[in-house]
Amino acid sequence: MSRVDGRLKVTGGATYAADNQLTGLVYGVLVTSTIAKGRIKAIDTQAARKAPGVLEIITYQNAPKVPGYEAKPTGQTRVDGQEFRVFYNDEILFNNQPVALVLADTFERANHAASLVTVQYAQAPHQTALRPNLTKGTKPKRADDYLRGQANAYTTAPVRVEQEYTTPINVHNPMEPHAATAVWQDANNVTVYNKTQAVRIAQQDIMKAFNLKEENVRVHSPFVGGAFGSSSRVWPQEMAAILGAKKVGRPVKVVLRRDQVFNMVGYRPESIQKVGIGASPDGKLVGITHEAYGLTSSYEQFAERIVDPSKSLYSCPNLNTTYKLVPLDLSTPCWTRGPGESSGSFALESAMDELAYALGMDPIALRLANFAENDPENQHPWTSNQLRACYERGATQFNWARRTPAPGSMRDGDWLVGLGMSAGIYKAGRSPATARATLLADGSLLVQSATADVGPGTYTIMTQIAADVMSMDPAHVRFELGDSALPPAPGQFGSHTTTSVGSAVYDVCLSLRQKVLELASGQAITTRDGYVELLRQKGMPQLSVTKESKSGSEEKTHSGKSFCANFVEVWVHPVTGQVRVVKVVSALDVGKVINAKTARSQVLGSVVWGLGMALMEEGQIDHRFGRYVNKDLADYHLPVFADVPDIDVILIDQPDTILDPIGAKGIGEIGMIGFAAAVANAVYHATGKRIRNLPITPDKLMA
Amino acid sequence: MINFQYLRASSPKSAIDGVRTDLSAQFIAGGTNLIDLMKRGITAPPKLVDINNLPLRDIADEGKTIRIGALALNSTVADHSLILKKLPLLAQALNAGASAQIRNMATVGGNMMQRTRCPYFYDPSLPCNKRAPGSGCGAVAGINRMHAIFGLEPVPDQHVCIAVHPSDMCVALAALDATVEVWGPGGNRTIPFTGFHRLPGSNPQKDNTLQHGELITALRLPDNALATHSHYLKIRDRASYAFALISVAAALDLKGKTIQQARLAMGGVAHKPWRLTEAEQVLIGKPATEATFREAAQVAMRGARAFEHNTYKLKLAPAAIVEALTRAAG
Ligand SMILES: Cc1cc2nc3c(=O)[nH]c(=O)nc-3n(C[C@H](O)[C@H](O)[C@H](O)COP(=O)(O)OP(=O)(O)OC[C@H]3O[C@@H](n4cnc5c(N)ncnc54)[C@H](O)[C@@H]3O)c2cc1C
Repeated sequence: MSRVDGRLKVTGGATYAADNQLTGLVYGVLVTSTIAKGRIKAIDTQAARKAPGVLEIITYQNAPKVPGYEAKPTGQTRVDGQEFRVFYNDEILFNNQPVALVLADTFERANHAASLVTVQYAQAPHQTALRPNLTKGTKPKRADDYLRGQANAYTTAPVRVEQEYTTPINVHNPMEPHAATAVWQDANNVTVYNKTQAVRIAQQDIMKAFNLKEENVRVHSPFVGGAFGSSSRVWPQEMAAILGAKKVGRPVKVVLRRDQVFNMVGYRPESIQKVGIGASPDGKLVGITHEAYGLTSSYEQFAERIVDPSKSLYSCPNLNTTYKLVPLDLSTPCWTRGPGESSGSFALESAMDELAYALGMDPIALRLANFAENDPENQHPWTSNQLRACYERGATQFNWARRTPAPGSMRDGDWLVGLGMSAGIYKAGRSPATARATLLADGSLLVQSATADVGPGTYTIMTQIAADVMSMDPAHVRFELGDSALPPAPGQFGSHTTTSVGSAVYDVCLSLRQKVLELASGQAITTRDGYVELLRQKGMPQLSVTKESKSGSEEKTHSGKSFCANFVEVWVHPVTGQVRVVKVVSALDVGKVINAKTARSQVLGSVVWGLGMALMEEGQIDHRFGRYVNKDLADYHLPVFADVPDIDVILIDQPDTILDPIGAKGIGEIGMIGFAAAVANAVYHATGKRIRNLPITPDKLMA
Repeated sequence: MINFQYLRASSPKSAIDGVRTDLSAQFIAGGTNLIDLMKRGITAPPKLVDINNLPLRDIADEGKTIRIGALALNSTVADHSLILKKLPLLAQALNAGASAQIRNMATVGGNMMQRTRCPYFYDPSLPCNKRAPGSGCGAVAGINRMHAIFGLEPVPDQHVCIAVHPSDMCVALAALDATVEVWGPGGNRTIPFTGFHRLPGSNPQKDNTLQHGELITALRLPDNALATHSHYLKIRDRASYAFALISVAAALDLKGKTIQQARLAMGGVAHKPWRLTEAEQVLIGKPATEATFREAAQVAMRGARAFEHNTYKLKLAPAAIVEALTRAAG
């Protein structure tokens, strides 16, 4: 089935956050700091205030009070610490931090006036570089060290690898810049149109900030032009729009500039990781040690699942992990597609490849020799695990058999050819979600839940699940999301929308079908006319059921994960160091595939993300200034079409019978877990050069 | 961005008059560089004179030379049958630049005049002698992976600039002995292409030798015997839509295996497209072999000097020269 919202999107009919042109709309443009740490000495807004069209300029000196900013951090949030408080005081905590909001009657006038605001700072020394500050690293509240068996057992193994791997800052950079439009209906009621992956979380955050009740805050986000984790909490643009609207008593829209997207809506933190891994000569793993450092802001602890793949991917009796966070004078990072797992798996899966070479063993054979029959982290049986099938079918499709293991042994004309592979693992689970299904008088079905569709095809899949259960033509089913007033659903992150909301839609439609059956005295209805007739006969304007779905005891007894095997062929030019990925095969176990088209697209997207991570993406900060130097899409390189090869997606498509009633696991992130390592492993196979510091740019291969 | 006056010129003379009287006025052609610079507050011309209506778009074979109007679009030039036949190196270089959409807007004159992409130049809150004379060079002790290795005369800190000229087209033009036709308040003149762009010296804010109010009207390229053996090699961080780490324009006139004439220029290495005349001399009269190419590359690298993050260029540049010559000869 094709996307139900495809036509709307390609014809411009879909309303994204910045498209909301409310009557009386005022445009807000943020002025941002040019230092990384210190205090504002003075803000001169005089010239800006006199500029044409300017209505107001908000700074910490005149911003409306945010009661939530005064409250002590409760520890109830998903990130520990004191959230960044917009226009709160004179303190500068990171470079490009918002310091003023200029409000004017047109965007151009606001923008011009913003350029007239001058700020004087009392600068303080800042630290933005991870490596020189490693000694300041501390264990985050939300991530415990882990040990099974003996610590550092790898050092006793006859064959071992011990290396350091690093990954740089990656910035989500969705096509759609972050935007928010806010309007106060009265002193106590606010509506926000924003770009969010979680309308309910945005609503809760705003309620807390302004001390409002649930019925006083409404958040709308029906369409999102990509988010990848960057829209999973409320950020300065929402707060600025809300404060601006409060101040001028009119709707206010704030859209981030591309360079602001680099600082204000999170990013994937840089990591420095040490992996030690040891095996007996037959390839049986003896021990793994994975020590990771990540960076965070000076005011919050953003912890990610960087060492998680190591805990569960392989059967290994001895394993210890540590994770430390280094606070720096940067904005807080946030969840970024495969948050933690993407960086962590680069280290683990590179080290596995190095181990395979040290053992003289085929990398797939090494992985099969250490296949985990249960989750080694907790000994729980898997809800399902088709990783063996991923290896097997991926290798066949990729023709892995043609690979001659010696580095530099394969060529095509001038080019060095390298074949590399890796495995990936990603949590699969569900959160409580509620859906409402309503049979309308015209015989069509309306299904609603406060989830999001940031691109994966949620509108489509939910429509499909509902239509299947009800045996209805999908054309007669409408699914609504992206409105905080709808029945609650978790945010669209963690690859759990289909398992959570999909199950809720499934369950609620089952109930509705049952209700219909009862009303029709046991006679099954399958046509639209049949439904119309039934409602008419019963004198009902509509028939509605609301239901919450959540996981049961299996959550405690089983371990749910998605799996993948990545195969990559690279060509490396021996003279210029240019790497071209010419073929990718991704074989994935994501449980049952609900929609073949959107599922494939998720993997294509993950692979392109993986390519970017492996070969080009790097947020570069000049640490003397604590400021990004590549904060636009010309200099921060994402893959373009010419970088993207043939991608074969193999979906094993075996339903998971334990995790949820629809058989799905999750597909939004698994395709990039381990992927960067597969590229690095292929580059090693081609050249004999092991690049342990991403991204693999031509200069590193020349060194 | 500030408010500005916008005029549309109907003749070269009115365009020149529109700009000369106001020292901060600028021509605008495709706008693909100028508008970006204005949005970022790097330049703030109070007056823009749009030259797109001027009759400067023709590409013509004039017998011994090919003339390309200054307003010919990058994509039009790259696709033109005359260029593909006689100056394939230029077509290749153009196609290696920017994206299809930008090439459809960008003009030849604008391409020559585009400013450096040095990130310190692009951020008004960072030091840059080119943008804010005397503020210092952010790149010299900063992130200088993309920066120059040639043409760096020792100068006091307040003049240092290690930015590179970002154009691909200009590297081919430097190799192909183009000349630039200019009309200006002081009359018309011709500038040899290699004299058009300049080294930073103690005046890094000036990219080239064009005077204020002067309008580029055309380029002239001499007919040559280099079309069969030419190659533009661009090494970059992704397969398309990225500025060059290093680029090489190479063209040879071969008689059998012997090199009769050679043209060699590099991009991404200096404040101007970097013509390598001494290396060309090494090639002439020699067989087109790897050994010859290596010798030329060695000569080409004389005087190169690197910074913290661009030392790789000392290795990549000569390798790229050999590779480009090999492909040109092949
Ligand atoms: C994202 C991005 C990537 C790019 N990548 C590349 C790349 O890889 N390689 C590459 O070579 N280029 C690249 N470019 C640059 C592009 O080639 C230039 O922006 C373009 O050629 C400028 O031409 P224009 O006509 O748009 O100039 P404009 O922006 O209109 O003008 C630029 C300057 O030239 C002056 N000017 C224009 N015409 C004349 C004239 N006839 N006489 C005198 N002065 C004149 C203007 O006053 C202005 O100062 C890229 C640009 C962007 C935005």
